[in-house]
Amino acid sequence: MSKFSRRTFLSAGLAAGAGLSGLAVAANLAKRYGLVPPDSGGIYGPGETLTYAAQQLLARHSLAREFPRSMISKVPFANSIPPLNDAFKRLQASGFADWRLSVGGLVALPASYSLPDLSNFPVRSQITEVVCEEGWSYVAEWIGTPLSEVLNAAGVLPQARYLVYFSIDPDWWESIDLADAHHPQTLLAWSMNDGDLPVAFGGPLRLRVPRQLGYKSVKFVTRLMVTDSLKGFVSSLDPNSPNYGYSWYAGI
Amino acid sequence: MRVTHWITAISFVALLVTGLEILISHPRFYWGEVGNSQTTPLFKIPIPSSRSTVPTGYGYVLPDQNGWSRYLHFEAAWALVLTGLVYVISGFWTCHFRNNLFPAAADRTWRAFRSVIAEHLRLAQPEEADSRSYNVLQRVTYLLVIFVLVPLVIWTGLAMSPRFNAAVPWIVNSLGGRQSARTLHFFISIALVLFLVVHITMVVLTGFGNRMRGMITGHNAAPQERT
Repeated sequence: MSKFSRRTFLSAGLAAGAGLSGLAVAANLAKRYGLVPPDSGGIYGPGETLTYAAQQLLARHSLAREFPRSMISKVPFANSIPPLNDAFKRLQASGFADWRLSVGGLVALPASYSLPDLSNFPVRSQITEVVCEEGWSYVAEWIGTPLSEVLNAAGVLPQARYLVYFSIDPDWWESIDLADAHHPQTLLAWSMNDGDLPVAFGGPLRLRVPRQLGYKSVKFVTRLMVTDSLKGFVSSLDPNSPNYGYSWYAGI
Repeated sequence: MRVTHWITAISFVALLVTGLEILISHPRFYWGEVGNSQTTPLFKIPIPSSRSTVPTGYGYVLPDQNGWSRYLHFEAAWALVLTGLVYVISGFWTCHFRNNLFPAAADRTWRAFRSVIAEHLRLAQPEEADSRSYNVLQRVTYLLVIFVLVPLVIWTGLAMSPRFNAAVPWIVNSLGGRQSARTLHFFISIALVLFLVVHITMVVLTGFGNRMRGMITGHNAAPQERT
């Protein structure tokens, strides 16, 4: 053991101290710049935080790939959906004429929109790929209202950090950070491939988040809630959610 | 160096197990940008699936393990990448690659390759001097794993990340699309598993106890026993 001198111990101690305070500074900076995902605790927290932070730093404003019309999938794959509830069936019977999207939480002007109201906002059309965490994918044209238009009309308050969006199915919701919510390709889609959005693909209204995996694109959306905390609404941590156990951030 | 080896080993096993779990949720492979249960696969793995939407021919569906599998897959990937960076940087810094892995000039011939392969086929025990350094076949294999297969498996893995693709589209476009990336990720993983199998077999054949002692403590028992 003689090769470990007092100097070695001292410099190792100094290095460890510097390393620890470096980590503390990094953690503080990461919190301030929104680099820590809500599921950063637990044994998978470090990996999840590294992924989220790295992708926030490298790709905050990047646009998802858009494809030429010739690449639209001839037979898009409609994933299985939970059984439609009575509230949905009643609205379906009248051709979704009474479908409403409410916007609330930390906004200056809470609002509620019908589907025609939504199409009065500027419309965006984009040909993007739906990517499932299972491995399969398809390309489709999605037409709808950019979520940022609706959020800007409502006036998001400065302390807000996340958007929670709810399906008509009471056990189905998801949340994203506000950077993703304001991203130009995040779309309240009400049309697909030049037709109405079919029920199997989330019609009449689906929130498409093309830079994340398919499970973040909730079908049958009825409510948007802007919030500063996800307590109780991180679906990956909530046993009631169909995505229970899945990472909150799905950009990878 | 030995620490990086064992962190890599643990990460690789975690990546392998979770990768298989994720594969089970869609055991079909495609070429190009898109592919799903309604398109013709390049090939299928004849196993049951953890999703009822995949036509496997089996009458049952396996439990879904993708939640924790995906968490662990990416965490292990981070461990592998960060450890790999430490290993590669220190490998260049200490000249480990040049001294111990890059084949000596005399060994960079087909004849040298053939003679090592012939020795392996005869199951000849290595000479005392050889048992302490790598032969040309080992050197080329290790270099291939470190500088070709692992970078490729990281590349094809990142090419499946929708957010990363948005920032760096060429990472997936250059491979011919997302499904091509997934298929290549699968084949490169198989190549890495084959390496692992041969690697472990060789460790066992050349004296498991002694080799493990060497890989954990850094010291070989000398001289090697002969029978």
